Amino acid sequence: MGKLNSRADLIALREECVKAFEAEKTKILVCGGTGCVAGGSLDIYARLKELLEERGIPVEVELAHEPHDGVVGMKKSGCHGFCEMGPLVRIEPSGWLYTKVKLDDCEEIIEKTIIGGENIERLAYKQDGKVYQKQEEIPFYKKQTRVVLGSCGHINAGSVREYLAVGGYKAFEKCLFDMQPEDIIKVISDSNLRGRGGGGFLCGKKWASCAKQKENPKYIVCNGDEGDPGAFMDRSVMEGDPHKLLEGMMIAGLAIGSSDGYIYVRAEYPLAVERLKMAISQAEDCGILGDNILGTGKSFRIHINKGAGAFVCGEGSALTASIEGKRGMPRVKPPRTVEHGLFGKPTNLNNVETYANVPEIINRGAEWYKSIGPENSPGTKAFALTGTIQNTGLIEVPMGTTLREVIFDIGGGMRGGTNFKAVQIGGPSGGCLTEKDLDIPLDFDSLKKVGAMIGSGGLVVMDDKTCMVEVARFFMNFTQNESCGKCVPCREGTKRMLEILERITQGKGKDGDIELLEELADTISNTALCGLGKTAPSPVISTIKNFREEYEAHVYKKRCPAGACSKLNIYVIDPERCRGCSKCARNCPVGAISGQVRSPYVIDQDKCIKCGACMSNCAFSAIRREE
Amino acid sequence: MMLLENMMEIDGIPVKIEGERNLLEVISKTGIKLPVFCYHSDLSIYGACRMCMVEDENGRMMASCSTVPKAGMKIKTNTGRLRKYRKSILELLLASHCRDCTTCENSGKCRLQELAVQFGITDVRFPNDKTESERDESSYSIVRDSSKCILCGDCVRECNEIQHVGAIDFAYRGSNATISTAFNKPLAESLCVNCGQCAAACPTGAIIVKDDTQKVWDKIDDPEVFVTCEIAPAVRVGIGEELGLDDGEYAMNRIIAALHRMGVDKVYDTVTGADLTVIEETREFIDRLENGGTLPLFTSCCPAWVSFVEKKYPEFLPNVSTCRSPMSMFSAVIKEYYKDKLPEGKTKHYHFALMPCTAKKSEAKRPEFNGCTDDVITTQELIGMIKKSGIMFNELEPEAVDLPFGEMSGAGVIFGVTGGVTEAVLRYVAGDNSKTTLMQIEYTGIRGLEAVKVAEIPYGDRKLKIAVTSGLANARKIIKGIQRGELHYDLVEVMACRGGCISGAGQPYISHRHRIKRADGLYRSDKSSIVKCSQDNRLLDELYEGVLNGRTHELLHVDYVKKDK
Repeated sequence: MGKLNSRADLIALREECVKAFEAEKTKILVCGGTGCVAGGSLDIYARLKELLEERGIPVEVELAHEPHDGVVGMKKSGCHGFCEMGPLVRIEPSGWLYTKVKLDDCEEIIEKTIIGGENIERLAYKQDGKVYQKQEEIPFYKKQTRVVLGSCGHINAGSVREYLAVGGYKAFEKCLFDMQPEDIIKVISDSNLRGRGGGGFLCGKKWASCAKQKENPKYIVCNGDEGDPGAFMDRSVMEGDPHKLLEGMMIAGLAIGSSDGYIYVRAEYPLAVERLKMAISQAEDCGILGDNILGTGKSFRIHINKGAGAFVCGEGSALTASIEGKRGMPRVKPPRTVEHGLFGKPTNLNNVETYANVPEIINRGAEWYKSIGPENSPGTKAFALTGTIQNTGLIEVPMGTTLREVIFDIGGGMRGGTNFKAVQIGGPSGGCLTEKDLDIPLDFDSLKKVGAMIGSGGLVVMDDKTCMVEVARFFMNFTQNESCGKCVPCREGTKRMLEILERITQGKGKDGDIELLEELADTISNTALCGLGKTAPSPVISTIKNFREEYEAHVYKKRCPAGACSKLNIYVIDPERCRGCSKCARNCPVGAISGQVRSPYVIDQDKCIKCGACMSNCAFSAIRREE
Repeated sequence: MMLLENMMEIDGIPVKIEGERNLLEVISKTGIKLPVFCYHSDLSIYGACRMCMVEDENGRMMASCSTVPKAGMKIKTNTGRLRKYRKSILELLLASHCRDCTTCENSGKCRLQELAVQFGITDVRFPNDKTESERDESSYSIVRDSSKCILCGDCVRECNEIQHVGAIDFAYRGSNATISTAFNKPLAESLCVNCGQCAAACPTGAIIVKDDTQKVWDKIDDPEVFVTCEIAPAVRVGIGEELGLDDGEYAMNRIIAALHRMGVDKVYDTVTGADLTVIEETREFIDRLENGGTLPLFTSCCPAWVSFVEKKYPEFLPNVSTCRSPMSMFSAVIKEYYKDKLPEGKTKHYHFALMPCTAKKSEAKRPEFNGCTDDVITTQELIGMIKKSGIMFNELEPEAVDLPFGEMSGAGVIFGVTGGVTEAVLRYVAGDNSKTTLMQIEYTGIRGLEAVKVAEIPYGDRKLKIAVTSGLANARKIIKGIQRGELHYDLVEVMACRGGCISGAGQPYISHRHRIKRADGLYRSDKSSIVKCSQDNRLLDELYEGVLNGRTHELLHVDYVKKDK
């Protein structure tokens, strides 16, 4: 493919791609997201391709320049989101989705589905006794509105031609040739798009304020340092539709007057890095990115910076410091990043999902965007749904969707028929919400009112077997490890909070510990330097608020009501059932069990380390755990 | 009541905003001193200790060091919440701090200790996880103890921003964060140039100046040892405030009296050594000027600066004057003089120097100087020795410098302040000691505490271009300018510490106010001196004809060689 030198060149190429795309009547889309790749989807892809070739069926990986009939498109797509059921294979034009596909299924897929046009019911998704052949009909997908992830799973993630075929770079083209920077900013401002990185700052306002800075050069920076445990929204965009992110950044570059963009992406996302690199070089080869874009004389270059894996580098000033090669530590503000960001220059920093929203807003207008979700928090939001729920995975729903809909309709309710207890939203900076909050609409303002936040979009669902003190300890351990160590409250305060939570979950809690946690939480949230520090105590604050009795049971009764804290369990031998075989005493690693053979044995609770070895070895079910 | 334009309220008191960079500066105008660890007016704003938090009328908390004052703000500095948070932060710091306070070298000078008392911390509710000290004693000048570190970052910013040395920085994260040299090597093997400004900035005992006083006491106690010492110019104006005198007050004669009382046999003045330096350095300068030697000539009195060139810009070593520092010149002369003239009953000679400087400790141990200065004691250590002796310093009868080295000039005295070396050299180059000439030299622009001062002096049919700077970051700018071919000088005077030796890290307090007072003290001493120019010091003639005869290069000069970084 040669370099495009004008708008006409681009339009011509897009038309060519559309034709080729439409000519591929039959397509096999194998999910190439990290989850499915881990499940072996690349082998499945190779096998399916091999089988087609063996049968002499023409296979097309990249869109052909000259479309011809009868080919089968064989694509590695982006993440479909339904990771729970992976590896996933989608068949077009029927829209069938095959779940949990194994290598052995490949032959049948080719024979029955591709050649025979028949659905394989065995591989289709089933829920409550019902079979769902089409992907779009599956309850998991039905309530979703996929804008950002719209093409994820539907096109070859590694092909600029396919991106062009589904309307890619149309928005950029429009901005480049038909719009002035202030027009672009106006559309974004009118759309009320709010930053998806956590704060929910109005994107148009940020762009406008960066655009009016006098100093040059200016930089466009994309935060792809998705560090929340369990969150993978941004990863899926970068892996599944990398050109969409590039397009969003390029539009921001036009709006703000910048010719350099940086994507700061976690080194733990090798696939995202690889796909982004590929996308950048494809766009450069086409002449859409780089110097003299489409013959206009304008330049925009995109650089990739790999983060070394520090959560704090998701904070704006720490992120820019890290790109500059400095220690990733937040600095005091003002000056803000828009005035004094990367290399001390005006910088527009948004996250992946925010940029990925931009092309659609330009294409379809601010009014369309505002028609999705509430007026002040419009658009969709991607969430990573995890925890003890039926359907885990990546979802995208209109803002304002309630938690109940997300958890019970899309997520399919609790796994194994347990009861819903709480949901942690916003990752380690967020808080937990309970049954009473299930009808709160998920948008920036409504969540803020109940002391929670959308954050980047992690949703961890917990059932009644989850200990909330342990949840708080888990998140505090995370923040404590990830604190940069700069300000005293975060560095020392989180360490002490973790210390207290650890002793509570180990049954060594003391009177006054809960109050001391509250005191530290108050100090940290009011005095820490950056947002990460200020929100570090949130999981503790919200669990104490909602589950104080659970904390009290741990501290005062040395009991874990959820039965999750092993150190608080008591193992007891039932004298009625014990035959005195001595097996438990022989298996006890600390010699806590004693007795006479053929008479009931006894566990010395002071010596017991609660490992449970006795219980799992008892042939007479005479040992029980009291929670 | 409506506040006027540019007015804000601090604790209900209206205050005018007069271009202050932050709330902390505005607040200090109202007579409130907020507790701080990481705020230093000389350093960039770091905002890490969170002790200076204040509250606005809506209960919003903000760190006053990093909040821009805006008209109409209503700030409270002392509320129940603020007191609680400050106490909480102090408690958290104390829990991770080695609390061997009673035996800590910095006890009584430690800001953490001071604030803990001020905020009434009587109980720390968290287990102490820094019970053992973790000392790095590899350096001759500085001792680091990370168990005392509160990570305020003052040392890092001194080292990087003010000195541009970059020997230390943060390492690791969260509660494992620490200050470290590159690859956690011992300080002695790092880029450290021993200027000690980190120790001067450290609010706790995490970085302290190495204490060598016991060595001096041992020699004084030994009846066989003949003990002599010399006193650097800056010491005499730096010691006062700690010992009941005014800051910057000239205390040379009391120091001599105190040393005699402690049992030092002979007390000399490094100013005599400075006079030798003026003669030698001027001769070298003129030689380089006239014979096409390497220019600009860099002064070599400051050991931290010499070390900075050696470690960071070794390509500039030929520019560094071959003159030893006044201390190393004078020590060599004294040692040589007494080589076969020890008083009766004495079998050994021990010579120590009283310096405002930590780098001098390392200089004395350089093999090039053959141990002519046995030990170096800083002003602060001297204060400790005087206190230990029970001497009431302000009641001492002043005494004079001992013979045979009892003569010195005003030119040598001003070595202690930035620009002094240059002024002394110019007095020699001018070759005329009339009042008019001296006044003209004084007003060339080389006096003052500005970062870089430039002067042009007529010399024969040309003009000499001279730069005077202090603070190694400023010196680096000059080096970079020379490298880029943008700056051209004949002579560059550099002192590693800003303001010169008067703010050496061995001095008790270092602030802009102290710099002004101490510089003033030295200039006044120069003004009242009988001999103004080094070349008029008659003692030097005796020395050149005596101990130095034919040995000036051996005893007064040195060749610094390129070292591995």
